[in-house]
Amino acid sequence: MVKKIGRFFASRLGIITVGVIIGLTAAILQKLGNPPNMGVCVACFQRDIAGALGLHRAGVVQYIRPEIIGFVLGSMIAALAFKEFRARAGSAPIVRFMLGLFAMIGALAFLGCPWRAILRLAGGDGNALIGLAGLSLGIFLGVQFLKGGYNLGRSHKTYTLVGLILPAIMVTLLLFLLVKPSFIFFSKKGPGAMHAPLVISLGAALVIGFLAQRSRFCTMGAIRDVVLMGDFHLLSGVIAMVITAFVANLAFGATKFGVVAQPIAHSSHLWNFLGMILSGLAFSLAGGCPGRQLFLAGEGDGDSATFIIGMIVGAAVAHNFTLAGKPDKVVEGVVSTGGITTAGMIAVVVGILFCCSVGFFMRDKMDKGV
Amino acid sequence: MAQTVDVRGLSCPQPVIVVKKAIDKGEFPLTVLLDAMVACENVKRMAESIGYSVSVEEKENEFLLDIKKGTV
Repeated sequence: MVKKIGRFFASRLGIITVGVIIGLTAAILQKLGNPPNMGVCVACFQRDIAGALGLHRAGVVQYIRPEIIGFVLGSMIAALAFKEFRARAGSAPIVRFMLGLFAMIGALAFLGCPWRAILRLAGGDGNALIGLAGLSLGIFLGVQFLKGGYNLGRSHKTYTLVGLILPAIMVTLLLFLLVKPSFIFFSKKGPGAMHAPLVISLGAALVIGFLAQRSRFCTMGAIRDVVLMGDFHLLSGVIAMVITAFVANLAFGATKFGVVAQPIAHSSHLWNFLGMILSGLAFSLAGGCPGRQLFLAGEGDGDSATFIIGMIVGAAVAHNFTLAGKPDKVVEGVVSTGGITTAGMIAVVVGILFCCSVGFFMRDKMDKGV
Repeated sequence: MAQTVDVRGLSCPQPVIVVKKAIDKGEFPLTVLLDAMVACENVKRMAESIGYSVSVEEKENEFLLDIKKGTV
């Protein structure tokens, strides 16, 4: 029975089913209170967690998002149930940390990771197309490095405790969310104050974490596999997610078609594009989208855990140094286009240069199997 | 000539890339040593999609893949 379930989620129908469930869940979470087109955005939610911990003081984006906790713990439950929990670590941790940091800076320039780009598209936000184009180009660049022999080196089996650290951090965050100690920040207004009921968010995320661990759902891998090997397996799950979220949004009356003044988005096209190039490149060099990194961490992957901590620190850097994108604003009927500051532009360019350096200089002969 | 490829500890998509290169070398039978179920599934899917037959042997959380020319 267990094997049968395992086989189903590894199949084409399995990944499509998971995409449908994620798309539907995201739309429902938006309906129940999560910010618009942000039913589940991994980067945004990690940014909110960074804020809740006081790592940055952007008052409108501070909340301990149970979705992130649920993703990790749901994946851990699946990995334990199917005997796939394997503590491992040791593959270029500092590089993974920095890739996480820059992936976040890129995502916050665009105002969303690949997950939110998909949900923004499903909500009618045309800027998402530019973001997804940038993401695809970033992944395409990453694939070129992979083909050229780029490799972060092998991870190694390690003590079980190592694999339990990030799940333990998630349990601690859940306690903070329940107890609300005074040192944790919770937004009074803005996106950070918008959230679906805790139990529903957590429950839904546990289910998604479980299913994504089984099906290996990955928004970056979806595009990478097509570019690298013409394999549409993972992409079919992502397409199912877009279509389902779009249909559900239509049903809920939650779509708003256009490009300007979209919810929590800006229409500064060049930086939407470049921000997502940075993100796509960083995710492809690190081997997974931010969601996949959470699921891998749930399976005991200490390197993914390092990437995730890098992303959370990246969110703090992005807001403390005012690198993150500012949404378009409408004041008395006049649209003022948002975007990123000069510092943000510099950070995105530096990030792309960093990632290209990693891709170029961390090459080795595959035959040696390093 | 037979060849063995060890992709243990490599993160996705490295195992697939390394095995694809080994297949392209054209030396069979090809044995692949893996330590992750995900990598095992991915390599199997890739090899089968380009017309090779794959048999999997699992022992102590490691996988031995035998890749041969032609479908079963």
